[in-house]
Amino acid sequence: MMRAALTNRALVIGLVLSLIFVGAALLSFIWVPQDVGAMDIPNKMKPPSAAHPLGTDHFGRDILSMIMVGARTSIAVAVVAVVIGMGLGVPLGLAAAARRGGLLDEVIMRGNDLIFAFPSLLIAIMITAVFGPSALNAIIAIGIFNIPVFARLTRGAALSLWTRDYVLAARVAGKGAVRISAEHILPNVTNLLIVQGTIQFSLGILAEAALSYVGLGAQPPIPSWGRMLADSQTMISIASHMAIFPGMAILLTVLGLNLMGDGLRDLFDPRIRRDRR
Amino acid sequence: MLRYVLKRLVSLVISLAVASLVIFVAIEVVPGDPAAYMLGMNAQPDTLAALREQLGLNGTLAERYLSWVGGMLTGDFGTSYTYRTPVAEMIGERLWISLPLALYALTLSTLIAFPAGVWAASRRGSAVDMGVMGVTQLGVAIPNFWFAMLMVLVFAINLRWFSAGGFAGWEQGVWAAMKSLTLPAIALALPQASILTRVMRSSLLDTLSEDFIRTARAKGLTRRQVLWRHALRNAMIPVLTIIGMQFSFLMAGAIIIENVFFLPGLGRLVFQAISARDLIVVESVVMLLVFAVIVVNFAVDVAYAAVDPRLRGRR
Repeated sequence: MMRAALTNRALVIGLVLSLIFVGAALLSFIWVPQDVGAMDIPNKMKPPSAAHPLGTDHFGRDILSMIMVGARTSIAVAVVAVVIGMGLGVPLGLAAAARRGGLLDEVIMRGNDLIFAFPSLLIAIMITAVFGPSALNAIIAIGIFNIPVFARLTRGAALSLWTRDYVLAARVAGKGAVRISAEHILPNVTNLLIVQGTIQFSLGILAEAALSYVGLGAQPPIPSWGRMLADSQTMISIASHMAIFPGMAILLTVLGLNLMGDGLRDLFDPRIRRDRR
Repeated sequence: MLRYVLKRLVSLVISLAVASLVIFVAIEVVPGDPAAYMLGMNAQPDTLAALREQLGLNGTLAERYLSWVGGMLTGDFGTSYTYRTPVAEMIGERLWISLPLALYALTLSTLIAFPAGVWAASRRGSAVDMGVMGVTQLGVAIPNFWFAMLMVLVFAINLRWFSAGGFAGWEQGVWAAMKSLTLPAIALALPQASILTRVMRSSLLDTLSEDFIRTARAKGLTRRQVLWRHALRNAMIPVLTIIGMQFSFLMAGAIIIENVFFLPGLGRLVFQAISARDLIVVESVVMLLVFAVIVVNFAVDVAYAAVDPRLRGRR
């Protein structure tokens, strides 16, 4: 498995890119090249130089440092949103599969369909608008739309597991639906959940960036990639580096996570790799 | 078939009813009451009372919900508090930008994805396939509003081929109007085209590995004939689903993209209404967008069942 992992190019590239950004976010807690709170107006909107590898913004703040601190916001919002989605979606999916065809299953699945029918970004915007823009509301808004994704995935995978002989054996041994779900079904869907978690993580980063771009995500003075882009928009013709680097950060992080998700999928299920490539 | 359509119609009505309840409740639970929220902290008591009266807040919850839904069913979406114009009128105007934009983007995404997906699938494993897949990886990872900003930088500011934002208006002629929608449509279409290309490719690959394809090859058809006559038609079902689902992404994505380009469409209307705390507009426009999404998905489902009778039994 280890060797398979290392020869999987998508996985390696994805892992490296993701680790760079997670590392940068963690590093920013103890060290950043320059304090992101310090404004230096005489040096505003300077292109990349030795002192500021990615240049400075309209307040003269170091863009590299801003991106490092902004990574925290993006990662935190996306991770917590995935945790919400998994925490609620997986038990719902397991319950629906355990009571397949029953009323509970029907209610859970129709509820899922309903959430899917809402354009997610629109509702995220509505939630943050009604309850006020903040990172917390962005997390909740993004997290809600992760719930049906995990519920549906878990249910689909669990349904086929329920027909397996070892589950039958467990039922014969007198185990209840809850124990079977926890001991026999859940461990067998973890791989799928990890892959989907990676993908939802990357979608969460994109959603957070979009929300903070329109001013509904993390509020100043917390730096965030989306707002850095919003700030850069009016100055794009005179200081294009202000728009280019934060956007690159989002692109590379999302790309890294997607590649990692693809790579993990191949790794967990070699059959697909042989069939698809 | 009729039975299937009726069954889907019932679930359509239920979805719409639940969706309207959810939106109604979300607006109702705003801190304070909607009138206090809309007017802010420094509201005069008599203005507040007047707005409460206008919003019908003195009635019970059930009365208010029914009058809101009843109004929408008869085309009365209420009157905007900030603009003092009927919401239905505002939506009508803005729809002439948002709908063409969504259709433009959907057309572009289909026109790109179709040949790209077929091309990649027909040369699986080749440099072409790898190249197409690499580009789609970038396409799904790029934030579309950032891509939009970069296009403005290159095509509007540096090359001056397009204007950086705003809408020319249909009265300037179709060409001018479409031109001002072109960069926004490309920005909206790019991620969707990438997803669609991938779906097209993998669906075609799945179909190409089936027995009837081997049979067709065995009876002497060339690979090209098999691809166009047999495989493509069968590979279309998942592709159509995704196209239907993309409609909702396009509607939501338009909110952000319309803001990048200062296009006075529905998305920008929602956003302005939110900033102005004009809940009457927010409530109605959100409901309209959700309605559009649910109805489009219904239409796609029914369209399939018409094409493929096997799907009628499933949900």
